[in-house]
Amino acid sequence: MLVSTSGVTFLLPINFKEISFSFYFKFRDGNTGKTVNFYRRIHNNEDSGNATIYKHPTMKSSEQKPNQGDSRRDFLKKTSVITAIALTPGTAIKAAENNADERFAELFEKIPLKLTVNNKAYQTTVEPRVTLLEYLREELHLTGTKKGCDHGQCGACTVHVDGQRVNACLSLAVMNEGKKITTIEGLANGDTLHPMQAAFIKHDGFQCGYCTPGQIMSAVACVREGHANSRAEISEYMSGNICRCGAYPNIVDAIIEVKEGGETI
Amino acid sequence: MINFQYLRTTTAKSAIALLGKDKNAKFLAGGTNLIDLMKRGVTAPEKLIDINHVPLKQIRQIGNKIHIGALASNTAVADHPLIKEKLPLLSRALQAGASAQLRNVATVGGNMMQRTRCGYFYDIEMPCNKRQPGTGCGAMEGFNRMHAIFGTSEKCIAVHPSDMCVALIALDAEVILANAKGERKLSFKDFHRLAGDTPQLDNNLKADEMIIGLEIPTNNLAKNYHYLKVRDRASYAFALVSVAAAFEIVNNKITDVRLAMGGVAHKPWRLTASEIFLKGKEASLTNFEQAAQLAMKDAKSFGGNDFKLKLAPNTIIEALNLAKSKA
Repeated sequence: MLVSTSGVTFLLPINFKEISFSFYFKFRDGNTGKTVNFYRRIHNNEDSGNATIYKHPTMKSSEQKPNQGDSRRDFLKKTSVITAIALTPGTAIKAAENNADERFAELFEKIPLKLTVNNKAYQTTVEPRVTLLEYLREELHLTGTKKGCDHGQCGACTVHVDGQRVNACLSLAVMNEGKKITTIEGLANGDTLHPMQAAFIKHDGFQCGYCTPGQIMSAVACVREGHANSRAEISEYMSGNICRCGAYPNIVDAIIEVKEGGETI
Repeated sequence: MINFQYLRTTTAKSAIALLGKDKNAKFLAGGTNLIDLMKRGVTAPEKLIDINHVPLKQIRQIGNKIHIGALASNTAVADHPLIKEKLPLLSRALQAGASAQLRNVATVGGNMMQRTRCGYFYDIEMPCNKRQPGTGCGAMEGFNRMHAIFGTSEKCIAVHPSDMCVALIALDAEVILANAKGERKLSFKDFHRLAGDTPQLDNNLKADEMIIGLEIPTNNLAKNYHYLKVRDRASYAFALVSVAAAFEIVNNKITDVRLAMGGVAHKPWRLTASEIFLKGKEASLTNFEQAAQLAMKDAKSFGGNDFKLKLAPNTIIEALNLAKSKA
């Protein structure tokens, strides 16, 4: 039984030859009463005129991938959309009922995700390819965490995951199921700045400020880890955070002040 | 990033079973290299099997061997009291690699499986026999400053980028691998491959196998050791040349010695001839110099990396000196 349908969304076609829609359905199984979310993108291919399952424009065609065999995508591409949707609920409910330790995304473009960000619990669904960084910025609008290089080389996206500093750009959101995330927005206590934030301001630990959220998150972790015992040690353990303005000496000053302040941070 | 199927599992058995169903699937552990490669389009797996919840994180001593689970993070291994006390060379090598953020999520198994950082491999517009066999090697006559001087082939002169693996080959580690039929052990020196005619293959892991962990025999090398990494900046850069050196001295004579290099070959490079030479000899500068000379016997450079022919032996000598001065 179809219990609800969210409207049809237009996605901006990248090559302007294809038009994509995304559908979001909610199904309820009459027998078990369980609700299953179903999300599917459909695009209209100009050449064939047939509606097919959405394929990312940059994805290689199946001709280029001879090993693909009878994969999910091939199967669905050969099947009409209506058939695919008609077939999906039963199978999807079966997957949802299966409490095994494996979570299959095969039937969903998006998969469920539960996590805590800055002490607030979130329950959502995301595409597997969404990184933690993109999820924080685009979905939760926590734009304090910056996208710098997007390849784990600059540290601008540093956040804490279960207390450990990580590069959010190299972690998929779905890998963080059940984790507690802290971003720069979660550091201050109301209007009272975190001691590291205050120290960065006092010591002028930035110029343009783009790397600063990552620097501060990394600096807090550096002190907590016990790696802030000398200027040399701080430089080594802060080396994953690049500052193109070159505020390094002032950043080290700020970290030393917080460390020597002896406050539990 | 091209989308993919995502599966999550909590046991090694089910991870192996899922891999068995689809040989083109890839395991996802820390993801620090794999996700990067996927973003750049170097690789585009159809299916990722997230193994982060598989309980393979233990670090413990059983008898005279130290066992490290494949999913222990680089930080967990480097900071573990047992590793710091018994295998400080491994701890130092790990700390020399990447950044604190990356080490927190990068795993032992993932570190072993990381791909080369050769610029031609990473740039999908460039020819690369490793990424796309048969297209040629861009580095051979191109920018090859970071590239190999040992064991190169006409097909590929890329280097393995790991620091951890340099220490592991020096410490005679063994790799525990498993498939649906059972487990097998592989000497660490046989895990990675030279490029030869098949540069697309970095190692001898079979398509249906999973890395379970490492076993490292305890030793008497915790006193005189050093991991010396020479790079373009003081921290957070890949090695131009790195040397893992460790030895035991009894009555002024070297009784056991391990030497391995990183940044010079398609695999971590053990300096066996130098070790044989040093055994039974005094830990003197003259002997260190001769050992370094022996190590360079078959070295071959490609223009941009000519400096490594001088840098490598100097680094060997300096690492041995620093290991000696620890006594």
